[in-house]
Amino acid sequence: MQKEIIIAGFGGQGVLFAGQVLAYAAMDLGKEVTWIPSYGPEMRGGTANCTVVIADEEIGSPLVKRPPFAIALNLPSFDKYEPLMLPGGVLVVNQSMVDRGPKRTDIRVILVPANEIAEEIGNKKLTNMVTVGALVAAMPELLTLEAVEQALRGHLPARHQHLLPQNFQALQRGYEVAKEQLVVA
Amino acid sequence: MARQLIKGNEAMAEAAVRAGLEAYFGYPITPQSEILEHLSRRLPELGRAFVQAESEVAAINMVYGAACTGARVMSSSSSPGVSLMMEGISYIAGTEVPCVLINVMRGGPGLGNIAPAQGDYFQAVYGGGHGDYKVIALAPSTVQEAIDLTVLSFDLAEKYRSIVMILADGSLGQMMEPAELPELRPVVRKEWDWAVTGAIGRPRRILSSIYLEPHDEEITNLRLLKRWFEIEQNEVRYKEYYLDDAEFVVVGFGTSGRVALSAVREARQMGLKVGLLRPVTVSPFPFAALDELSRRVQGFLVVEMNTGQMLNDVLLGVKGRVPVEFYGRPGGIVPFADDILAEIQRMVSSPLSVVSDPRKAWLERMLAVVR
Repeated sequence: MQKEIIIAGFGGQGVLFAGQVLAYAAMDLGKEVTWIPSYGPEMRGGTANCTVVIADEEIGSPLVKRPPFAIALNLPSFDKYEPLMLPGGVLVVNQSMVDRGPKRTDIRVILVPANEIAEEIGNKKLTNMVTVGALVAAMPELLTLEAVEQALRGHLPARHQHLLPQNFQALQRGYEVAKEQLVVA
Repeated sequence: MARQLIKGNEAMAEAAVRAGLEAYFGYPITPQSEILEHLSRRLPELGRAFVQAESEVAAINMVYGAACTGARVMSSSSSPGVSLMMEGISYIAGTEVPCVLINVMRGGPGLGNIAPAQGDYFQAVYGGGHGDYKVIALAPSTVQEAIDLTVLSFDLAEKYRSIVMILADGSLGQMMEPAELPELRPVVRKEWDWAVTGAIGRPRRILSSIYLEPHDEEITNLRLLKRWFEIEQNEVRYKEYYLDDAEFVVVGFGTSGRVALSAVREARQMGLKVGLLRPVTVSPFPFAALDELSRRVQGFLVVEMNTGQMLNDVLLGVKGRVPVEFYGRPGGIVPFADDILAEIQRMVSSPLSVVSDPRKAWLERMLAVVR
């Protein structure tokens, strides 16, 4: 088993950390995992992305051309990764930052108003965790919400531990929105 | 020790600390600055030396001086910075003192860019500095291997009074993987019979790379070469994947080697009998393994993130017995497994002849796609 996840958005949207949370969760479940960021001048205020690979055996390529899973936190990322998705793949889109629906019909697009949900919870910075929750709902064979929560508990720096309840709430809300859409579809 | 999710750069830095690194001298450059960042905190915390030099030229000469005391010392940089160090590297080689250098390669030549590349293979494997010398060059492809090879590099450097270079690239430096670090070893300075540590009560020692008498320099050159042959005899390391029944073999080191592994697995699923040879020491190079393989397979595909450098060594090892093909992505591009798979499929269905130039054939294919 091997699955790849690309997370993309603007610098500052928590793209890299969202990927790390998934990587920690997979590692704690005993899986092999790689996390690799796009790095370079473009990270300063431009677009950022990272790729997470989760597998049962030694991982070869840490990058993937056509991902089965992705999170697009803004419109440029939606535009870039929708055409690249593997048929049958799942693309979680931050609906708050896009002005269009999906074009492809052979992938599952989950639209989550992540900014609004994060603001309702009381912290705009939780946008990334809302979308992570939504993604986890679409990959039950790979990760569980509990594993992601455990990863946050275990690896969030001490100075951020007080934010755990809000993070859990964000994950849960994203998870629920995705579940609803997955059932309807 | 439990597995922890750790970045390649940080992992190599911490591995060096745990292997007994006493002093580090360096100058920041992307994509390896996390090495300095980590060591600037860790080494002073342990009462060891961290110096951010004013330049790479200064850093390598500080390494040179500190290495003469027999301490475990190292520096790290990325391609343009390593070029700046070349004079000092040649002096260190000529003086026969051990040190460890990490090159987290980026796109070049010149200032290039900060993306992952493997364009410094020739520089590491065939010198770069002046004069007849070789360095041991280790090419990790995973964070765990980067840790293990960093620890090994200090032992090899001391065993052979040699420079050991870790040839990594930007993607390994920047990526995180679960890995296990060794226990922190206490620093034990060995009593080398060559180190300059103060001559009270014993004859003085002089460490230098100057041999004004050509006869002395000739003897030195022969001694270095003799030692190199010992290294070739003892220290070749490589990893084999699916080679037992392979009809075609992909050869790749470091990041391109691990990407090739994904392609080889996919090819296997399609029923193609393809294996992977991944040199771990690119210097000394696994010539014997290639020699053996070239007697029983139908062709090779060399994959690199440059325009064909290790390719030369593979051609040397294969000795024209079967066709050798090439696929490279230079300039800071990491190939996708799909791209390598396509090359495997092309090779299997219509292999080049033994006499065609693999680099020219590749360039023609590339120019048709990359504009």
